[in-house]
Amino acid sequence: MTLLTVEDLRISFRDKLAVDGLSFELPAGGTLGIVGESGSGKSSAALALLGLHEAATVTGTIDFDGVDLITDVPWKDIRGARISMVFQEPLTALSPFHTIGDQIAEVYRLHTGASRKAARDRAVEVLGQVHIPDPARRAGAYPHQFSGGMRQRALIAMAIACRPQLIVADEPTTALDVTVQAQILDLLDEVRATTGAALLLISHDLGVVAGSADTVVVMRDGRVVERGATETVLVSPREPYTKALLDAVPKPGEPREITGAPLLRVRDVQRHFPQPRRGSFRKPPPIRAVDGVSLDVHAGETLGIVGESGTGKTTLARMMVGLDRPTAGTITFDGADISRRRGRSVQMVFQDPLSSLNPRRSIGESIADPLRLQGERDPRGRVSALLERVGLAASEYDRYPHQLSGGMRQRVGIARALAPSPRLIVCDEPVSSLDVTTQAQVLALLEDLRAELGLSLVFVSHDLAVLRQIADRVAVLREGRVVEIGPTAQVYEQPQHAYTKELLAAVPVTDPVEARRLRALRTTVSG
Amino acid sequence: MIGYLARRILGAAFVLLALSAIVYALFYLAPSDPAILTCGKGCTPERLADVRAAMGLDDPVLTQYLHFLQGLFTGRDYPAGPDVRHCPAPCLGYSFETDQPVTALLLDRLPVSFSLAIGAEILSLAAGIGAGVLSGLRRFRVLDRIVNGLILAGYAVPVFLVGLLLLLLFCVHLQWLPFPSYVKFTVDPLLWAQNLLLPWISLAVIQTAAYARLTRAGLQDALAEDHIRTARAYGIPERRILWRRALRGAMLPLVTLTAVDLAQIMTAAVLTETMFGLPGVGQLLVGAVNQIDLPVVVGVTLLTGLLIVVANAAADLLYAAVDPRVQLR
Repeated sequence: MTLLTVEDLRISFRDKLAVDGLSFELPAGGTLGIVGESGSGKSSAALALLGLHEAATVTGTIDFDGVDLITDVPWKDIRGARISMVFQEPLTALSPFHTIGDQIAEVYRLHTGASRKAARDRAVEVLGQVHIPDPARRAGAYPHQFSGGMRQRALIAMAIACRPQLIVADEPTTALDVTVQAQILDLLDEVRATTGAALLLISHDLGVVAGSADTVVVMRDGRVVERGATETVLVSPREPYTKALLDAVPKPGEPREITGAPLLRVRDVQRHFPQPRRGSFRKPPPIRAVDGVSLDVHAGETLGIVGESGTGKTTLARMMVGLDRPTAGTITFDGADISRRRGRSVQMVFQDPLSSLNPRRSIGESIADPLRLQGERDPRGRVSALLERVGLAASEYDRYPHQLSGGMRQRVGIARALAPSPRLIVCDEPVSSLDVTTQAQVLALLEDLRAELGLSLVFVSHDLAVLRQIADRVAVLREGRVVEIGPTAQVYEQPQHAYTKELLAAVPVTDPVEARRLRALRTTVSG
Repeated sequence: MIGYLARRILGAAFVLLALSAIVYALFYLAPSDPAILTCGKGCTPERLADVRAAMGLDDPVLTQYLHFLQGLFTGRDYPAGPDVRHCPAPCLGYSFETDQPVTALLLDRLPVSFSLAIGAEILSLAAGIGAGVLSGLRRFRVLDRIVNGLILAGYAVPVFLVGLLLLLLFCVHLQWLPFPSYVKFTVDPLLWAQNLLLPWISLAVIQTAAYARLTRAGLQDALAEDHIRTARAYGIPERRILWRRALRGAMLPLVTLTAVDLAQIMTAAVLTETMFGLPGVGQLLVGAVNQIDLPVVVGVTLLTGLLIVVANAAADLLYAAVDPRVQLR
């Protein structure tokens, strides 16, 4: 039985068409995935299902179990009761002023007219259902007291509180760590199976929908590119764009023989951050962001450093370029202490290209700055050459960061790092904010530059797939320590440490069969 | 929590101490001699010397200051001719001008200032939040424009102009109200309010503008937040979203502003007090500055400091009560 039928849906903001003729069907209890890069109109479509657009014109047909969701909708009986939504940012999506339990109970009371006590009990019940430990007590917590994954669980609990027929999940895992992402996806799948609600899963990541969705819709610029069974679309796509998307997903790289001598040596490095006193007079123990790391970066190699948020990978990267000093231990570059070397030989590419470029300086000037520091009087010529080298036009010199796309900005970040002709570049999550096709282009650029200029790279990332493509060796970081380090193929194929295994099982893959196999594996590992 | 309060009080004490030292030093450096002013016309050098001795002006400045501190905490004795006058703690000294204890002067004036402040504050909060919400919702374009215009006008018009116009209109032309003169609340609450109505309104005109602006901006920000969208997506009625979620976020900055404004009106509403003949703290201060009445000036300054420090601490506590994300440590 078909629960939701969308036909020729068009959404426009003033004169801009965000969704242009979207059609799909979702059977009761089924899962549909909508995949697209940023600006493809997938989120606009999701908001239209709940009538949440304020300034948009929506036309077409949305038939939800016999109710037309475009004209004259009794939203009071639909929103939260029959269709519920899970949003992208779990921190901001929940009210900071009310406890988790109160927020869930409020929704439940509103739609069922239950007593305060019954609503409270239901809140605790659904929190238990999404595996929040000690739900009766945690219901009294505020969102800021929850971790990101817990908040997303709470939002899912809110979504299932009124036993809806449809759950719309818009990028539900984008802000989360890879292992947490896998848990949330497994949870959504479990919730669908146990409650019988249909699931509409929206993501930019093919791997996110591969393991869950029966049907996939691929969107681009508001239009449907391809639609069909997940097995067909993700394994043997017909459309060139879908193929390009799948090709852009990182693939394991060819193993290389690294013969270079150790260039950067990290020895027993610790970095502790003292914590302020709270209430009591005893000083709390410091946060051990990096707690005894030793590794070498050889000349000509790409060393991948993988870890989830809070594992100290950014702190380690900052110390490698001398932006931060270790509390204990030494970092030497070519035999000399890193803190004595100024700038030139080691450079950094930052995670967020927008906030790491001065918004009031043109990009050319930003790239020229390190050259001027070296005493170059008129760096314009060299900056132009650098811009062209990273795939931008020399005429972009006078443009400002906000005028560029995310991928272009990251190219600027790379050009700036290249400017002083360094021997080692430390990249901290350089592609994590980019769409998958842009990500593939930037990775290819880095790979080219490394080969052409004989650079060494340290590539810090939370994304195991990206590292598998680009890194020669991988170090797995956990709680400020290296738990495993070795050649990439070896770490991925024969992981030794339990944490590495857990990480690898959580990596989203685009092959639906493999994705389901990994889900089963995760259930056995955690169960 | 208790640790926070203790640290807060300690910090406040330090601030007040530093404040008293600075004010004392400033007035000691002032070029005119208070003894000459006190001695009056036909002052002989012998009398001047006596007055200087009686006022303690012969001692080095540090000694004078230490005596002052001593008086504040334990009380002190003043020589008055052949007798000795005991001034109990907290002693801020005697006015050079009227010879009354400064503490008594302040206590006399505080209820007036407090009456003025509390009424003006309630009035401006009610009007300001109301106008801010109405225009922040952007339901009615015209209303938004009107409120915006009034806000700007409120900012631009000086308080004495508003006060004069109000006096002219209500007391002279329409004769609805008598010319204001302060009546104690304990004597007749109705008369108290009647007499304070015009000063309240004229102060509120300016404050309302500030509050309305802040509410309007805060509400627009709050309504654009993600959790408001979540509430809508879960079918929570718009009115409930406004009162329980959006307004709560929008009110946060108002808490601090209100507390500080309250303290400020109590000690610095000179123009309003003068215009409406209210014997408040602000008037006392202006008179004292003109007469170089050092003890009174120091007393009022310390009181101002105390009120502002207390108001800020109260605002922080309130803030923590309203927003669970704020932790006092």
